[in-house]
Amino acid sequence: MDVKTEVVEILNTIIGEDISDQMDDDFFESGLLDSMATVELLLDLETKFDIQAPVSEFDRNDWNTPNKVIAKVESLMG
Amino acid sequence: MLNLQPYADPKYFIILLLALLPLAIGLYFGKRFAWYEVIVSVVFIFLMFDGHKYHEGFALIGYMIWQWLLVWAYTIYRKKANNSWVFYGATVLAIVPLALVKIAPAAHWTHVTTLLGFMGISYLTFRSVAMIMETRDGTIKAFNPWLFLRFMLFLPTISSGPIDRYRRFVKDIESVPAREKYLDMLGKAVHFFFLGFLYKFVLSYIFGTLLLPRVEHMAMLSAHANGGWSWWLIGVMYAYGFDLFFDFAGYSLFAVATGYVMGIEVPMNFNLPFLSKNLKEFWNRWHMTLSFWFRDFVFMRLVFMMMKNKWFKSRITTSNVAYIANMLLMGFWHGLTWYYIAYGLFHGVGLVVNDAWLRYKKKHHVPHNKFTEAFAIVLTFHVVMISFLLFSGFLDTLWFHHHH
Repeated sequence: MDVKTEVVEILNTIIGEDISDQMDDDFFESGLLDSMATVELLLDLETKFDIQAPVSEFDRNDWNTPNKVIAKVESLMG
Repeated sequence: MLNLQPYADPKYFIILLLALLPLAIGLYFGKRFAWYEVIVSVVFIFLMFDGHKYHEGFALIGYMIWQWLLVWAYTIYRKKANNSWVFYGATVLAIVPLALVKIAPAAHWTHVTTLLGFMGISYLTFRSVAMIMETRDGTIKAFNPWLFLRFMLFLPTISSGPIDRYRRFVKDIESVPAREKYLDMLGKAVHFFFLGFLYKFVLSYIFGTLLLPRVEHMAMLSAHANGGWSWWLIGVMYAYGFDLFFDFAGYSLFAVATGYVMGIEVPMNFNLPFLSKNLKEFWNRWHMTLSFWFRDFVFMRLVFMMMKNKWFKSRITTSNVAYIANMLLMGFWHGLTWYYIAYGLFHGVGLVVNDAWLRYKKKHHVPHNKFTEAFAIVLTFHVVMISFLLFSGFLDTLWFHHHH
């Protein structure tokens, strides 16, 4: 599986619905993701991709859509 | 001796804006006069803490040396190693002065208050603790003594926030906004100043100075016959709640506007909080820089730690524990009195209930229309107002310190 599919899968599990048709929607604005779910996301990404994603790396303007999360993960994987 | 308290009276605004004029002209022409800005800041900070407030001035200097050494030493350490206990130690040492000042009134340590206390100590502590945490995470990589001082002592926000973040602040202070953008910021600043005048000098005056003492007086009088309760308490609740909002939101608008004049986009503190549809939304709109600080540096880190070390099986338990701990800590930060702590607990429990409701709503079909939304807004508003009545300390006076 590629990064994109895996990130979408993680997001789907955490949010509890399919988000693959809203890849550029702000999930903080829509209320789909809260701080709690954000931490789950960071932990899942850490385990799945073996990246370091500390809480202060997490900027709500850079991580607010599925596509942006994918881009972030790819950049953190180097 | 001239003593100037921030945003206290018209004189302050005139002197401040005159002093900032050269800076604004510089920014308009694409130059940031850093030295001039530093001199203006030092003079105004001096004028805040001179005269009868001199002991606060000395406390501020001592405090700054302490934090400066601490953040500097931790950054040096962090480049070499990353032991958790050193991090916890540094965080605790950064909080110690504030903790002592907060404990002092309850413990009657008047000498501690005189020695360490100064206006704004909380807000400076939020900034330095955040820096230590971000240094640990590796998102702040170097210690720049000069930028550290300018961040910590940034004039518009020194006494009561909004609480900015180091990396965001540095991005602004090390650059000059494009002319078009700066003009837009100046336009917003004018708007914020006038809105702030309306909030602080008109509305807060009406609720806090004119109404509040009267309803409090009536509540005191009627409490005598009714075992502490009376309808006047509702009047106290509204008057205090509106005063609290307009006073603090007004102040925050001044701070943001002044920041904009200086070419720094200080974050906003309020976003129509009384239109929130639930308590969670309220905390995303009320004293935002404080609640986001707690979200990012307490709540999320606590959840992160609890989940990583699998303290609880259920994610619901994890988030409930984190909500209560987060809000209780916020209560303690306000001060060691039963009503501040109760206020924190009230909001912690409120968020737990709110989350349970949101989960229920997601699973079951709950009718949703204009009327339910209006009802949600009115309900949230009143839950918040009740918490402010608790926060005000008036109940303490009424029930425990009211001698007939």
